[in-house]
Amino acid sequence: MKPRGWLLGISLANLLFLYGPIAVLVAFSFNSSRLSATWNGPSLQWYRELLFDHALLVAVQNSMIVAAVSTAIASILGVAAAVGLESLPVRKQRIIEGAMLLPLIVPEVMLGVALMLLFVTIKWPLSLVTVTIGHAAFNVPVVMVIVRTRLRKLDPHLLEAAADLGATPWQAFRRVTLPLLAPAIIGSVLLAFTISLDDFIVTFFTGGPGSTTLPLKVYSMIKSGVSPKINALSAVLVVVSMALVALAAALQRERK
Amino acid sequence: MIAKKAFSPPDHQIAKPYFPRSLGQITGSPRRAWLIAIVFVMSLMACQPTSEDGPKKAHEAQPTLYYFTWSDYVGPNLIEEFERQTGARVVVDTFGSNEELLAKLQSGATGYDVAVPSDFMVSIMMKLGLLAELNPAAIPNADLLLDRLQRLPFDPDHRYSVPYLWGTVGIGYDSSVLNAPPDSWDVLWDPRYKGRISMLNDQREVFGLALRSLGASINSRDPAVIDRAKQKLLQQKALVKVYTSENYDQLLAAGEVVLAHGWGGAVARAAVQRPSIKYVIPKEGGTIWSDCLVVLQSSRNKELAMRFVNYLLDGQVAAHTTNRLRFASSNREAKALVSPELRENPAVYPPDSVFERLEWMEDLGETIRLYDRGWTELKLR
Repeated sequence: MKPRGWLLGISLANLLFLYGPIAVLVAFSFNSSRLSATWNGPSLQWYRELLFDHALLVAVQNSMIVAAVSTAIASILGVAAAVGLESLPVRKQRIIEGAMLLPLIVPEVMLGVALMLLFVTIKWPLSLVTVTIGHAAFNVPVVMVIVRTRLRKLDPHLLEAAADLGATPWQAFRRVTLPLLAPAIIGSVLLAFTISLDDFIVTFFTGGPGSTTLPLKVYSMIKSGVSPKINALSAVLVVVSMALVALAAALQRERK
Repeated sequence: MIAKKAFSPPDHQIAKPYFPRSLGQITGSPRRAWLIAIVFVMSLMACQPTSEDGPKKAHEAQPTLYYFTWSDYVGPNLIEEFERQTGARVVVDTFGSNEELLAKLQSGATGYDVAVPSDFMVSIMMKLGLLAELNPAAIPNADLLLDRLQRLPFDPDHRYSVPYLWGTVGIGYDSSVLNAPPDSWDVLWDPRYKGRISMLNDQREVFGLALRSLGASINSRDPAVIDRAKQKLLQQKALVKVYTSENYDQLLAAGEVVLAHGWGGAVARAAVQRPSIKYVIPKEGGTIWSDCLVVLQSSRNKELAMRFVNYLLDGQVAAHTTNRLRFASSNREAKALVSPELRENPAVYPPDSVFERLEWMEDLGETIRLYDRGWTELKLR
């Protein structure tokens, strides 16, 4: 169905609205003038400065560690949850699924504050560990939803066939279900990784001394308002995030 | 169609028996599953760090200092020199406002050694018991304070804090647009500059400005006066382009605003990019502020913390910071080491005549709620 002209127009306007500011941000990261508001010829100096900023590299390292560990935890728990839910009666499924989706539905500020209060109450000092736990908390539903969607589309007769051939439920899971779910799992892992990399609010509340991640660093750089280095950093973050999400989407496409 | 419905169950239910239904089916027996579960939970609980883990690790590894400061206070090379001198590692976290600092410290972010609250926040933190007493012997550079900064109202003996950087709040204006230098806060209410005015996004500063323009103190506790200030600010709101504490220097330099309520140092930085920018403290007077170095009670390495405080107060280091940030240092020797054009710059080092009209911000205790409500109303209308 060919989209009509005005529909196309609306879509383009939407895209412009969403990506216009980001495009300007990236464009000005090549600005050789220190002032963010006036264009002064192209330059790569801000990207060069990024490489030598030690505090920034520490933030990158923190971001990577938190994203990797929280995604690992979330993917294990998320896949387990998705598979486990399938073997429940439908009403119980809906109730538990609803409960598990709460971290995604609840306003992120509330989630961040709740997590912070939890850690303070059980006297667990805030650090990168608490940030990782916080990230895992909202990534589990992401993985679960994506994997479950794929799971429901699986041909159930395949599993029936596996059982007929003598596989135990665990063997059937490992050798039939998991490989079939692999694209969805990989896709959701990449998505969870991206979400964790980009997260600000939960990190802000659950972080302690020395747990500055990239988004927090960008926030504090804005407060200093010093140079287009922020633009350069944001441009890198945007490109990396978009690449990861595109990869995730590509992997989730049905293979015919 | 009907036949299909009658004979085959919903697709996903066919698969049910073939999914592992429990951990027991995965691990081979229910008992094994319970064993694994118990071991897993116990190892998780063993992982939970206690506050005593910190110092043990600190002694084994390289000593680490956690510095909690304003976003722009740490520049390149500032820390490297200290790290070289002491062999310690310095981890810097930043905040954007005093309220943020307090919120983070109160909500359980323990582990910071040195922080940089502003004057009135020091008295709040003292009352809350968040600060450790300073050992004067460990901080010899504290004796080199400017006269004006000794015996400050909130901590006269410098038992808990040492002033680090100080300055004033005034108006940055574009002298090529305004034909005469403004001499009163009321210029910010001038309708000729509608949409080209920026105010600080700071509750105490904005109210302080309005209170001074009404002839009252910035620490006023009179609800009637505070209300009049609020009404005056509400009238101004239509003229204000933005309330921001961060990028007004950029806006000034770019010409997007011609009048900016701001801190002297930031206006001085804008003037570098646009020489027509000047700084003035109106005749009604305003705030003098000082960001102070404090050692936190929860610090696990107070000795190293005080060494760091001493390092930051050193004349050379302080002069370096002033050159970069254009905020004046509290160290009287630093002034001689700062670049000459900054020494003459009234935005950085105000002339003596100005000091009579300046007021220190005080902790208002419970009265702050009136300001809170007024500020919220101002922002929401």
